[in-house]
Amino acid sequence: MNIYVLMKRTFDTEEKIAISGGKINEEGAEFIINPYDEYAIEEAIQVRDANGGEVTVISVGNEEGEKQLRTALAMGADKAVLINIEDDVEDGDQYTTAKILAEYLKDKEADLILAGNVAIDGGSGQVGPRVADALDMAYVTTITNLEINGSTATVTRDVEGDSEVIETSLPLLVTAQQGLNEPRYPSLPGIMKAKKKPLEELELDDLDLEEDDVEAKTKTIEIYLPPQKEAGRVLEGELADQVKELVNLLHSEAKVV
Amino acid sequence: MGRKVLVLGEVRDGSLRNVSFEAVAAAKTVAEGGEVVGVLLGENVSSLGSELVAYGADRVVAVDSDKLAQYTTDGYSQALMAVIGQENPEGLILGHTALGKDLAPKIASKLGSGLISDATSVEEAGGNLVFTRPIYSGKAFEKKVVTDGIVFATVRPNNIAPLEKDGSRSGDVSTLAVDVKDLRTVIKEVVRKATEGVDLSEAKVVIAGGRGVKSEEGFEPLKELADVLGGAVGASRGACDAEYCDYSLQIGQTGKVVTPDLYIACGISGAIQHLAGMSNSKIIVAINKDPEANIFKVADYGIVGDLFEVVPMLTEEFKKLKVNA
Ligand SMILES: Cc1cc2nc3c(=O)[nH]c(=O)nc-3n(C[C@H](O)[C@H](O)[C@H](O)COP(=O)(O)OP(=O)(O)OC[C@H]3O[C@@H](n4cnc5c(N)ncnc54)[C@H](O)[C@@H]3O)c2cc1C
Ligand SMILES: Cc1cc2nc3c(=O)[nH]c(=O)nc-3n(C[C@H](O)[C@H](O)[C@H](O)COP(=O)(O)OP(=O)(O)OC[C@H]3O[C@@H](n4cnc5c(N)ncnc54)[C@H](O)[C@@H]3O)c2cc1C
Repeated sequence: MNIYVLMKRTFDTEEKIAISGGKINEEGAEFIINPYDEYAIEEAIQVRDANGGEVTVISVGNEEGEKQLRTALAMGADKAVLINIEDDVEDGDQYTTAKILAEYLKDKEADLILAGNVAIDGGSGQVGPRVADALDMAYVTTITNLEINGSTATVTRDVEGDSEVIETSLPLLVTAQQGLNEPRYPSLPGIMKAKKKPLEELELDDLDLEEDDVEAKTKTIEIYLPPQKEAGRVLEGELADQVKELVNLLHSEAKVV
Repeated sequence: MGRKVLVLGEVRDGSLRNVSFEAVAAAKTVAEGGEVVGVLLGENVSSLGSELVAYGADRVVAVDSDKLAQYTTDGYSQALMAVIGQENPEGLILGHTALGKDLAPKIASKLGSGLISDATSVEEAGGNLVFTRPIYSGKAFEKKVVTDGIVFATVRPNNIAPLEKDGSRSGDVSTLAVDVKDLRTVIKEVVRKATEGVDLSEAKVVIAGGRGVKSEEGFEPLKELADVLGGAVGASRGACDAEYCDYSLQIGQTGKVVTPDLYIACGISGAIQHLAGMSNSKIIVAINKDPEANIFKVADYGIVGDLFEVVPMLTEEFKKLKVNA
């Protein structure tokens, strides 16, 4: 099977976030594989191990993405592709990213594409479905289970806590939800092997795309931190009095009950 | 001037979800005086048209088809694209729900347009329509504008105030016949777990329990408190993983995103993935026995103590308040 994973390198949002010059300050920040993409990579490896074939992980970004791609290779992916657009595109949006990914994938005859259901930084959840549509491929979002049997797939989809069992056929794109699997940690031999696995680097030119073809349709005009919440009031005194005070505050001060 | 804006009314169990009325209000802002056209997709949904009108839609287009009885990406996108083809809108608003998240990017791809997902507000500012949306798991916000093409957005439930319902408003409800076909995904089974009662993502009061609740029975006092306040019970991932409650109650990045007036977190430590689903709540109360717990950093009011003592006492106090009111 010809399996692809869409992987985003993201800011680790467990870290403190600061803004400088109107942008998120990335100086010294920790970057990781988007956690939902880890589920996608793990699932891809399991599907390959059960059905044969090859897993290729693709990321659109800058050269820094090589680190996360190597981690994916160390987990067990076979190949990686970095589409480095740093010199060509200034302010991309989801339209940009999806267009580039779809252009790369259009002649690859993928049987299965896996993406994360959402990136923890940008948070739109658009890229997977957009890529599938551009490739005229069916998709199922927020999946928690995937079974492949020949050319048919049975997928469990999380729908706001309910679940749907969906039957469909390959080629297919799915987006991973937490619960799909437990992503493995790269093993030491895995890390050693990853160094020798192929990591191809491409630019827009290589995809026959011009800057204009991928120009964003939306623009960020401001990024800001929510106003610092005043330090919450931790109540004191006898527990019974605290409880009375809280009810009073919620009723008279906050006016929410 | 003004724009013609389509807004999708989302139907669940035969009625419109609140987020649809909020989406109509957002569509009004985006229309800037232009026409707001409600869209209904499903089986026997056209009867709901008048309710969309009461909430501010100027008229409604419904696609009724037995093939739309359940949501499928292909079915709904064919139907919505047909309405878009007929109406040629300059704006399009959906709720940022499971349905909206699945459908909107496909429509954006078909239109070759941008899409601003998960907006918590929209306003006209300096000649631009400016959308605000949370980023970085809710730790920051961005303001976005559309630079090319249709103004297309999904709105987060419970953030944009709906317009006052006015049953005296009138508007045309027309139907459009669409030949829905070639559905590539087939729903074999639906396992409904989301509990009856107040819809968690639309609740005004949420009482949430974490690993500190310690057992399935441990949720009982939380349910009693929720009942007294007319609220819904939610949970952290920790509580779901420990099987104290069902995953349908999970709040956070992977669970439901809630924005109630009052959020009471009981025995929840406050991990970023949890905060991503509730930090926009108007008032947050934390009950935790660990004074250092991260949840206190986002709480407006906190009680350091054992939830099994505090929660029943709270229930009693709220009961007294209701009696006196
Ligand atoms: C050149 C460039 C410049 C940018 N400039 C800005 C900027 O100025 N301001 C700003 O806010 N954002 C900027 N971005 C980021 C961009 O707007 C989005 O973050 C990106 O398109 C992904 O959207 P998202 O984060 O909402 O991901 P989602 O749609 O939530 O991601 C869902 C899934 O799609 C896949 N995916 C997403 N992104 C990629 C990727 N890059 N490569 C491979 N797979 C992916 C992953 O599987 C991911 O889990 C820029 C992006 C590019 C490419
Ligand atoms: C990709 C990813 C996605 C995730 N998505 C989500 C998500 O959507 N939602 C989510 O919630 N988590 C999510 N998580 C998990 C998250 O990181 C935390 O592990 C989880 O939120 C912890 O749950 P908890 O606060 O209930 O448990 P804990 O962190 O164990 O906290 C329990 C708390 O209860 C307190 N406590 C114990 N006993 C009592 C008592 N008797 N009275 C009062 N307080 C008491 C303790 O002091 C402690 O603070 C995600 C993680 C990952 C990696």
